[in-house]
Amino acid sequence: MVLDWGSSAEETMPALLRHLGSGYLRWLEYLGQLALLFREVFTSITRGKIRPRLFGQQLVAIGFGSQLVVIVTGAFVGAVFGAQVYFAFNDYGLESSVGAMVSLAMCRELGPAITGLMVAGRVGAAMAAEIGTMRVTEQVDALRALAVHPVDYLVTPRVFGILVSMPLLIAEAISFGMGASYVITVHLFNVPSAFYMQHMLQYTHLPDIAIGMIKGFIFGFLIVIISCHQGLKAENGAVGVGRGTTQAVVLSSLAILIVNFFLTFLLNLIWPLHMSH
Amino acid sequence: MSETGKSEIFIEVAGLSKSLGGHDVLAGMDLSIRRGETLVIIGRSGEGKSVFIKHLIGLMVPDAGSIKVDGQEIVGLKERELAAARKKVGILFQNGALFDSLTVAENVAFPLMEEGEKKADVIETRVTAALASVGMDAHLAKMPVHLSGGQRKRVALARAIVTHPQCILYDEPTAGLDPIATDSIDLLIKSIQAKYNVTSVVITHDMKSVHQIADRIVFLRQGRVYFLGTSDELKASTDPLIQDFIHGRSNGGASADL
Repeated sequence: MVLDWGSSAEETMPALLRHLGSGYLRWLEYLGQLALLFREVFTSITRGKIRPRLFGQQLVAIGFGSQLVVIVTGAFVGAVFGAQVYFAFNDYGLESSVGAMVSLAMCRELGPAITGLMVAGRVGAAMAAEIGTMRVTEQVDALRALAVHPVDYLVTPRVFGILVSMPLLIAEAISFGMGASYVITVHLFNVPSAFYMQHMLQYTHLPDIAIGMIKGFIFGFLIVIISCHQGLKAENGAVGVGRGTTQAVVLSSLAILIVNFFLTFLLNLIWPLHMSH
Repeated sequence: MSETGKSEIFIEVAGLSKSLGGHDVLAGMDLSIRRGETLVIIGRSGEGKSVFIKHLIGLMVPDAGSIKVDGQEIVGLKERELAAARKKVGILFQNGALFDSLTVAENVAFPLMEEGEKKADVIETRVTAALASVGMDAHLAKMPVHLSGGQRKRVALARAIVTHPQCILYDEPTAGLDPIATDSIDLLIKSIQAKYNVTSVVITHDMKSVHQIADRIVFLRQGRVYFLGTSDELKASTDPLIQDFIHGRSNGGASADL
C-alpha cells in the first residue's frame, strides 16, 4: 500500500490516523475471522463430525513427529538454565537450590513456552502449508463440492491432535530439561544428588505441573487455529502459501509469548508460587 | 413438467451478478439448464465462465440474483446447508483437484464414504466400476502425483460420477490435453450423459469438443448470455463476434474490443 502522507501538517495527521485506523480495523477483522473459525470448530464437534482416522494421523504427525525437537530443545534449555542458576547461586552457597529453580522454571514457564514455540515452528508451518496448498489447488473447493465442510475434515482433527499432544510434549520437555539439569549440576558441578533432589521435590508441587499443562492446551489451540486459518485463506499460488506459512509461524509464536504473559499472572493468582517452607 | 413429475429445468439462474476486484464478472446473467441436456459454455478468457459454474454449486456467493438447483434456491444458504444441493451435483475441476494424500482408489471412494457407505465390498465394487468407466481401473494404488494430466482428469471424473449425481459440471475438462486425450474425454462426457442421463454443463475453449458434445451452447460476453442455441445455430450465426471466436480470429474487427 502506498501512503499519501500529504504535503502539509494538516494533511499528514489525517493520513496518519487513517493508516492507524485501517490497521486497527484489519486487526479486528482478523480476530473476527479467528472467532468464526473457532465457532465452526465448536459446531463441528457438537455435530459429532469427529473423524477418528484423521485424528490418529494428526496425533502421529503432531505428537510423535515432534518428539525429537522437543526432547533436544527441552534438554538443552534445562541444561543451560541449570548451569546459569548454578553460576549465580554458587557464590552464595545456594547451589543445592538449582534443582528447585530449574524444576519450577521448567514446569511453569520454560517447558510450555519452548515447546509451544517449537511446535508452532514445526507443526504450525506444516498445517498452514498443507492446507494452503490444498486451497490454491482447489482441493478445499473439491471437499466443499463433495458436501464436506473443510473445517470438519481439515481443522477439527488437528485441534484434537494438538490438544492431546501438547500436554504430553510439554511433560516430555520438562522431564528432559530437569534430567539434563540434574546431569550438569550433579555430575559436572559436583552438587550432591541428595540435596538437588530434595530441594526439587520440596518446592515442586502439583499446581506447578498443572500450570504447564494448562498452558499447553491453550498454546496448542492458538497454534492450530492461527495456522489453519492462514492455510484456509491462502491465495495467489505458491507465493500466497509461502506467505501464509511464514505468517502462521510468526503469529503463533507472538500469540504464545503474549498470551503466556497474561496466563502467568492469571494462573499465579490461582496457584501462587511459594518458595518459602 | 416431465413425465416423472419433475421440472424440465434442472438449474435456473436469474439476475446473477458478481463483481471481483471492481470488475463485473457476471452482470445480471439469466440462464435455464434443462434436465438431461449437455450445455456447453464458451467465451473469451476472463468472461466469467468458471466463476459462473462455481456459483452453481455454491462455491462462490453472488452479489445478487437467484440460483435454483432442482427447484431449491441455493443463494443465501450457509455452507452446511448447501450439502443437500451439492450431493445432486458433481464437478470436475480444471486440474482435477484430486486429494494429494489419498490414492486413486481412496479419492474415488471418498464421496461414497462421506455418503455413509461403510461396506468395504460395496465401496470396492463401485470404485472399480467408476474407474473402469473412465479407463483407470489399472491404477487403483497410484498416488495423484504419479498420474499424467489426462489421467488425473479421468480419476477426477470417476470421483464425480461414483455417487451418480444428477448433474456434472466440467470446468475446462480438455484444457492442456493432447488431441487424442481430448477426444477420449469428450467421448467420456457423452457416454456418461447417455448412461446416467445426467445434466452436463461444460466449459471449454475447444470448438471441436463444442460441436461434438453440445446439445446447446452458451456464448458468454461481459457477464451475460450473448448467444444461446444449438451447434448448427452457432455455426450459422452471422454475428461477427461469434464468427471470430469460432474461427479463432484475433484480427477481426469485432473481436478487437473483447
